[in-house]
Amino acid sequence: MICSHLLIPAILIALIACAPVTPHTLTVFASASLTDAFNEIGQDFEASHPDVAVIFNFGNSQTLRTQIEQGAIADVFASANQMEMDALTKSGLVTEDVARVFVTNQLVVILPANNPANIQGMADLIHAGMKIVLVTEEGPAGKYARQALENLNALYGVDFKDRVLANVVSNEENAKLVVAKVQLGEADAGIVYISDAIAAPELKTIQIAAEHNVIAKYYIAMLNNAPNPEPAAEFVAYVLSPGGQAILKKWGFTPITP
Amino acid sequence: MSLLRRFQHHMTTNSQSNWLFVLPGLVLVALLGLPLVALIWRAAGMDFFSFALAPNALSALRLSLLTSGLSVLLAIATGTPLAYILARWKFRGKTALELLIDLPVVLPPSAAGLSLLIAFGRKGVFGRELTALGISLPFTTAAVILAQTFVSAPLYVRSARIGFAAIDPQLEEAAYTEGANEWQVFRHVMSPLAGRALLSGAILTWTRALGEFGATILFAGNLQGKTQTMPLAIYLGLEHSLGVALALSLMLVTSSLVLLAVLRRLDKEPH
Repeated sequence: MICSHLLIPAILIALIACAPVTPHTLTVFASASLTDAFNEIGQDFEASHPDVAVIFNFGNSQTLRTQIEQGAIADVFASANQMEMDALTKSGLVTEDVARVFVTNQLVVILPANNPANIQGMADLIHAGMKIVLVTEEGPAGKYARQALENLNALYGVDFKDRVLANVVSNEENAKLVVAKVQLGEADAGIVYISDAIAAPELKTIQIAAEHNVIAKYYIAMLNNAPNPEPAAEFVAYVLSPGGQAILKKWGFTPITP
Repeated sequence: MSLLRRFQHHMTTNSQSNWLFVLPGLVLVALLGLPLVALIWRAAGMDFFSFALAPNALSALRLSLLTSGLSVLLAIATGTPLAYILARWKFRGKTALELLIDLPVVLPPSAAGLSLLIAFGRKGVFGRELTALGISLPFTTAAVILAQTFVSAPLYVRSARIGFAAIDPQLEEAAYTEGANEWQVFRHVMSPLAGRALLSGAILTWTRALGEFGATILFAGNLQGKTQTMPLAIYLGLEHSLGVALALSLMLVTSSLVLLAVLRRLDKEPH
């Protein structure tokens, strides 16, 4: 075990050093919720820009922001909320007024295909013994889920949020992991973005009414110290273009009205 | 002769070619050592105790000590007889069994966690039987202990097996001649003689269990006070508070260093 700990970094460095060099390698840090849509956008972008290879680093927006602040090199940052983008703007890593909203997303409750806990509506989430999985409080999807539960207090009683939270058995790092736990049937319910639910069509869903739902605004910006500013700007433009927006819509996001 | 002086002696007597060893070696030492220096440097610059005593840091510390301690006990209770069998008995399929036991040592912990989940999860292959017994493992502290035992107990079995195998067969024979049965031989001859190997195996197992991350987060999930051990709190705490993550990292690094030093001591002392 100790040996392998020493060996792995050495091999990794060797691999990175030997990687073939393309003219431009565009590095995009994006919220994990964008994984499917951005992979498709990336392929389209590479097809129309043969000299550019797009590399994605998908993760919790907050983690990505920390990585960028700690010196990770990236060209583009696509965040699932405004807070992380504002933080980067404040520290000068993103130029003022450059960040744009490019898509919105809403929350939905997901259930395993066979619905083992027989959940018929939001009100069932408070029943004792429900195994509910959310994203951590720090991740945007987790923050919004708690906000939506709070909004639902108006409908189901003042202690609705607390009673649902008492049934939470795990706070996962991102929405994809919440989906996985529900897909595997280990959790009875989870709250994720509609876009995450669309990527797993076999799951059952319970809609959250618009007046109680939380609209997540996604922000995209080129970073100030982007090593490839030109393709970075073109990538952002493509995401905002009708072609990019159509792909995002296909994956469950709500396009911004032009 | 001090290490430094011996080093200087080496360099002066044969300085030309020695650098061929020293320079590449230094690169690796820097890679291994500098992150440690950086961690201590950063942690020293902050109010270590206010972060280390934060509620989520304390609950992670408490949970890590509890689960890793129980994992070690579970490894000793089940691994000692298994190692004894592997060291003393000959039977068909022994090689396959040894491979199975060594596998978790090289398996990526995330693969281990996923395997545990699809085996013992509620909807897992053996989940129905567990549910019938009223047992639901995922998202429980028990799942943390199982995940830690899965990845760390093989280290104990390996060390114990080598310890048992190294004992002079004549001592065992003498005990049997005196009329001792298998249990008495194990209890009064084999265990004391293999004691050092058992102890170092237990320490290795403990360090591995303390550091377990991938299998835990997949099989047991992440809930403060219940399944969020120190490595999980470091990873997920990064977003919450870098200070808490640094404080917990420093504690883990320090305890691992101390345990490794004890292990060295054990291996070096004359028998």
